[in-house]
Amino acid sequence: MTYPPKGSAAPPAPAGAPTMPGVPPQAGPAAPRGGPATPGTAPARRTAWAEGVDQLRATATTEPGRLRIIGAVLALLVVAFGAVTAWQMTERSAAADDVLHSSQPLSASAADIYRSLADANTAASSGFLAGGQETKSSRDRYELDIKTAAGKLITAANSSEPGSPSADTISKLNKLLPEYKGLIERARANNRQGFPLGGAYLRYANEKMQQQMLPAAEDLYKRENQRLSADYADAKPYPWAAIGLGVLALGGLVWAQRRNYRRTNRVLNQGMVAATAASTVVLLWLVVGHSVARAGLDESYDHGVRSLNVLHDARIASLNARGNENLTLVSRGAETKTLADGTTTVDAFDYDFQQDMKTLTKDLALAADLADDKAGEEPVQAATGNMKVWKSRHKEARAADDAGDYQGALNKVIGSKSDKPTGECFDGVDKNLALALTHEESEFKQAAGGGRDAMTGLPVGAAVLAVLAAAGALLGIGRRLSEYR
Amino acid sequence: MTARRLRASLKGWGGVGAMAVACALAAVFALLLPLSNARGDGSTGIGGQGVAEGTQVKEDTCTAPQDQSLSPSSDESGTTITAIKKRGYLSVGVDQNSYRWGYRDPNSTKKSSDLEGFDIDLAHEIAKEILGDPNAVRFHAIPTIQRVPAIKDGQVDMVVRTMTINCARLKDVAFSAPYFLTGQQVLAPKTSDITGYDKSLANKKICSASGSTANDKLKADQGSGKLVPSADISTTVPNQLDCLVRLQLGEVDAVVTDGALAASQAAQDPTVELKGDRFTTEYYGVAMKKDADDLVRRVNQVLVDYRKSGWRASYDKWLSPTLGADSESANPPAAKYK
Repeated sequence: MTYPPKGSAAPPAPAGAPTMPGVPPQAGPAAPRGGPATPGTAPARRTAWAEGVDQLRATATTEPGRLRIIGAVLALLVVAFGAVTAWQMTERSAAADDVLHSSQPLSASAADIYRSLADANTAASSGFLAGGQETKSSRDRYELDIKTAAGKLITAANSSEPGSPSADTISKLNKLLPEYKGLIERARANNRQGFPLGGAYLRYANEKMQQQMLPAAEDLYKRENQRLSADYADAKPYPWAAIGLGVLALGGLVWAQRRNYRRTNRVLNQGMVAATAASTVVLLWLVVGHSVARAGLDESYDHGVRSLNVLHDARIASLNARGNENLTLVSRGAETKTLADGTTTVDAFDYDFQQDMKTLTKDLALAADLADDKAGEEPVQAATGNMKVWKSRHKEARAADDAGDYQGALNKVIGSKSDKPTGECFDGVDKNLALALTHEESEFKQAAGGGRDAMTGLPVGAAVLAVLAAAGALLGIGRRLSEYR
Repeated sequence: MTARRLRASLKGWGGVGAMAVACALAAVFALLLPLSNARGDGSTGIGGQGVAEGTQVKEDTCTAPQDQSLSPSSDESGTTITAIKKRGYLSVGVDQNSYRWGYRDPNSTKKSSDLEGFDIDLAHEIAKEILGDPNAVRFHAIPTIQRVPAIKDGQVDMVVRTMTINCARLKDVAFSAPYFLTGQQVLAPKTSDITGYDKSLANKKICSASGSTANDKLKADQGSGKLVPSADISTTVPNQLDCLVRLQLGEVDAVVTDGALAASQAAQDPTVELKGDRFTTEYYGVAMKKDADDLVRRVNQVLVDYRKSGWRASYDKWLSPTLGADSESANPPAAKYK
């Protein structure tokens, strides 16, 4: 325990003295450093650092000494290059992995919550319109949506940090879901008894869904998308520190070999050449690998995530439009809305339907723009076609209702195939959007997976190669050094 | 910074201004309500809006709005009726959501999913008398707020939709003679300690439809002190039926609406009942275009005949179970003409 202070205290005086004159130009800075220290404290302040500097100066006076220093610095540079590369690329590859396996699935899961809630609301209103003749498929669809939403909420809860805004939103949704379901069941019970009160309950449930639950689900979806964007931002930037160190290490190696050549006229030093080669490989791998990964991630974002977002939005717009179309017939004019001009009064649900259709039209156009291949374009075009038919059939349904032909309007909305109902068009839009989503999802996985795979092995490879390069540099220097013995 | 401060200070003044307006209104109500009561006119309650707009002027021109209709006539040579006959069907604005008045049974297995109720019976009767076929009628479901515009725009020939005859509406449309007597009434759970439109409403939450006569009346009465100040009347909903939803969910303690509609609510929930007597007097009438004198007279003639036979049968079928066979409303109100 008493060794180190003794060891460091003893040599300074003799070692320090000879160094000063040994390297006159560097004596300047050394002297003032020692200078301010009072003589009494001087030995105590002779730290290991100062001692090391002094030793270095002593060593630098001889060629073997210089070679040793050069070897050490080169080895250090190369190892640092490898280490920083491994560290930075581990980080990026982890972020890319998160994009692929964590944040995108969570974002998709949040979109599923959003979609299944909107879908449940739509299915509930369709079933309600059919009254006592509600079909099994519409009942099943509603129940499945509720189950999906409840299940995905648990998944989302598990991956959210307690106390975070996401967790709050999730618990809010968890509270609202049974409330909503209760209202729907009351609506059904009253409807089955033939009471118009059922319609009032359904409108209340819809209000809860539209004004509280869907905004919360959308909020969650946006948060997960932010997380996804953050992971993208972590995975994509160029590892400048690693690249800089790589250039520095390579420069050092080249300089050392040039110095070697000048002094000995020997062209090749095998160790150093090996070190240079290994470092070059790491640097190239780093730059090319990351560029490829970046391109993959960019593609997965541009053609995957952006398309997915637009398609999700379009699907939810179509679901809301369908729900509002149904509710127009359920509410039968019970709720109206005065437009901004202050004079025009319209049916609240038909107005919302028109707004949703506008969103759907816009999103489908955007999705068609973003679709980059035939397989992606086809379902979007098909959905657009369905939507156009939907719009014209909706007009017929409204005309029938306005003319007092309620049953005609009902048939035009939820009727059987022979009635050419809008339900057919909605199903078409929904089915085609689901197809497009599946396609974009696989595109995303391919591109993001490719991006992530481009980084695979880079951290380990860089570390191993850097160690080899450092060993090579040391061996190369060692060979020169042995000539002095 | 200054803008924000300015806005904040303005906001402060807005509150003061609003209170000043509220005080002024309260004073006006306090002065006017006893005045109109003193005249012993049962229809004051309806004039919630009218009172606020300055009842004094209107009192001269519009008292007993239910007695302003034209005398009945069987003449069918007028332009309005000719047009209807030419078209071959009567276009009637109705409600689809008022149980027992005008509603559609969602479980009806009939392909036509017909509307039914007291108002619908009357519409069929009018079609039968004018066109000879009770089914020569096309029903348009129109929202409460659209009743007057639908008539003015000519979208429908008439509105038979629990529509109260009042002075404000008389400015825009013509009414038939009254065909039903009702008034605002309190609806609450049978187990509730609310006894009617009185002190028992203290600290209770009361629901009413926004823009309805009930809502106007509640606001006016709370301003004038006729309604206990502690009663919370802040819950308003788009449709009177939504009040029953809130009542069943326990979000409110009582509902105020037309007795006729309250009865329709009670018919959908055996655990609630009408509490106390009606505290306003209102009459339902068939609304028509203001210049369609021939149609108004013809409809009044239909009502004359309907009162003699048909009216009571329809009442017994749709309304007796909840309003009672010996209620004030159980007989058609007497018609007086201008």
